[in-house]
Parts: sequence; structure tokens; C-alpha cells
Amino acid sequence: MDHFVSVSMTVNDERIERRVEARTHLVDFLRAELGLLSARVGCEHGVCGACTVRVDGEIVRGCLTLAVQLAGARVETIEHLSETGEIADLQRAFYERNAVQCGYCTVGMLMTAAELVRTRPHADRAAIREYLSGNYCRCTGYQAIVDAVASVLEQRKQASL
Amino acid sequence: MAALNLRLSAPEVLIDITGLSELAGIRVVGDRLRIGALARHREVEISDLVNRHTPLIAQAMPHVAHPAIRNRGTFGGSIAFADPCAELPACVIALGADIEIAGAAGRRRLGAQEFFTGVYETALQPGEVVTAVEVPMRAPGFHSAFAELARRHGDYAIIGLAAHGCCHSGRWRELRLAFFGAGPKPLRAVRAEARLVGGNLVAGAVAEAKSDLAEDLDPFDDVHATAATKLYLAGVLLERVVGTLVR
Repeated sequence: MDHFVSVSMTVNDERIERRVEARTHLVDFLRAELGLLSARVGCEHGVCGACTVRVDGEIVRGCLTLAVQLAGARVETIEHLSETGEIADLQRAFYERNAVQCGYCTVGMLMTAAELVRTRPHADRAAIREYLSGNYCRCTGYQAIVDAVASVLEQRKQASL
Repeated sequence: MAALNLRLSAPEVLIDITGLSELAGIRVVGDRLRIGALARHREVEISDLVNRHTPLIAQAMPHVAHPAIRNRGTFGGSIAFADPCAELPACVIALGADIEIAGAAGRRRLGAQEFFTGVYETALQPGEVVTAVEVPMRAPGFHSAFAELARRHGDYAIIGLAAHGCCHSGRWRELRLAFFGAGPKPLRAVRAEARLVGGNLVAGAVAEAKSDLAEDLDPFDDVHATAATKLYLAGVLLERVVGTLVR
């Protein structure tokens, strides 16, 4: 049974209107319908975090949100965060610390790290690990990722002095 | 949503209730804290009312999934989903909360103990939804403790314990021990509770209460641990949690 519903939302500052099958989750919608391939489909049941995107300013699991639920919502993917320069320091730190190997988890890691550095400026390493606990990385062993996020928090702290 | 993605659930009709403002919010009603079914985990986590009046729930919230899930997931959703390894069903049992239910036939309330019936199974009838959970506010002299073991912070527990009770001069007046991950639904360790409440000296009673868990709990083997390991770990948690509640 196919049920299509019209939905309009803002994706990366662009107004989008589509007829979407009711069962389509957000990450499939972004990838298949809009061609935004940054958010990944990993486990598809909320465990791995590879599909992390922002809805109305907060990170969500793209696989646990239906596209039709997002009428009127503001969706942001890493393309947008990258373009605005919001996470330039995080991206640089991930590169410099070699916090990337295959790259599959990296987008979700950066989306989560962006919320962490914005909302928890005083997070220590344990708090960073806890905040990133919902994002699996099967390559790096996390150490370099935690290093990268910690260094950005430190840089931002210095910059705000 | 996870159940839909995994094709474990294939409903003909799916209704989005996100916009129902009647189901939102957290407020005090008499001597109870009313947590709307649509209160998001993040909202509960940072709620001053929750922290003040139902500290057990405040302690549990950081263990409920991960930030990206807490931003969207709801209190009522976690209750209605009834995962046997989830934190909140055990908390509402330990606190003696009531589940408020609405359906075409009207509204009804059910004690948390009666609400959960099995693995992902509840007393909800077809066409019914959870509208709110009403939790008795912490009474003077009562304290709560929460602990869980998980492979990764935020995952469903291998085993966990939500405890609420009143201990005075080393004697337990009242104690509720709700284990999760210890059976098909959250389970009260009634024999262990009775042992501790009836016991004279807390230290000696804890060892005996631990041995009661074999009868109280009903864990099963899964990919994370065997039933025997879970039972052992339940005893470890009991000791930790009860230790923090002794006054």
C-alpha cells in the first residue's frame, strides 16, 4: 500500500515541497529525494548515529524521524554547517588529529560535536565521550575524535577570553 | 520508528500525535508530578520540577539513549514501547506512578505495575494511547538511587536498577526495587525488598537480599550476557544502590 503525502519544509535554507511516501524517513528523503548524500544510513534503528542531522536547531536521528512529520520544520545537514563556516574549526581539528579514517561516521560525529561545543563549552573528556556515545566509529578507536573535540573546546575558550 | 524500520511492526495506519498540546508539558497536580506523554526526554532531563520532585527520574535521564534521541524521544513513547531493558518503565514502577490512558471508550488510569505485561507488551488496548504519567512526588525521608550497566553509555541496559525508599537509623521503612533487563518486563524484587524492610541490620540483610534475586528476577540469555551473568550483575547493582540509600 503506497500512501503519499505533500510536505513542505526548509532544508539548508531552501524551501522544499515534495510528495513523499508516508513511510519515508528523513535520511532516505534527504538522500533519495533531495540528493543530499552527507547523512548516512547505517543501522537504521537509532544505534549508530551516522544519520545525525539537525531539525529546528537540534540534532536528531534521521532514521527515526519520518519526513512527513517535518512539515514546516527547518532541517540542516552538514553541507549547510560547512558552508556557513560554523564548524570550520571542528573540521580542521578532525583533519589535523587524524580523527577520520573511512569517513562513514564523520558527518554524524561532526553534527553531534557541533551541538556539544555549542551547548557544553566546559565539557571535559568524560563529558565529550558521553555526548558522542551515540555515534559509532569502527575505525579510529575514538581517541583521536575526543582529542579533536577537546582541542576545539580549548581553542574556543581561549578565543572568548 | 526502529520497529517500523526493522519491519517488526507494520501498521496500516500511523497517526502523528506530535502536535497535540494537551499531551505536552510537565506540571504539579496536587501531590503528583504530571509528565505529559509528549514531554521530550531532553525536556524531562533539564526539568527543575523533575529534579526536585522525582529525583529518581532525573538520575535516570542521562542514561536514556543519546542526545540526538533525547531531543526527539518522548516520555510517553518510552512507557508505551515497554522495552524490557529501558530505564523509564522501571522508574515509574519504583515510584508507584499511574499511567493515564485515553481511547474511544474514554479515559482510564492504571498503576505502572499493572501496565507492563511482557516484552514490548502493555495493557493498552487497540485504539488507546498513553496521555500522561502521574508520579507521586518524593515524600520527606524518601530517597532514590539508580544504576545500570550497559556496553556503551546510552544503550539499553544489560541490567539496571531503579530504587526508591525510606531508611531511617539503618532500618528500612519502605523500599521498592525495580530491575530492568532482568526479565520480560521491569520486575520488582519483592523478596529482596521484604528481606531488607524486615531486617534489623542493613549490612547482613543485603547479602541475603542478593540471594533472593534468583527467585525475584527472570533474566534471559542474549548477545550481551548470559542469564547467570545478569543475575550476578543484578546483585552487584543491588549492593551499590542500597548502599547509597542507607541513612
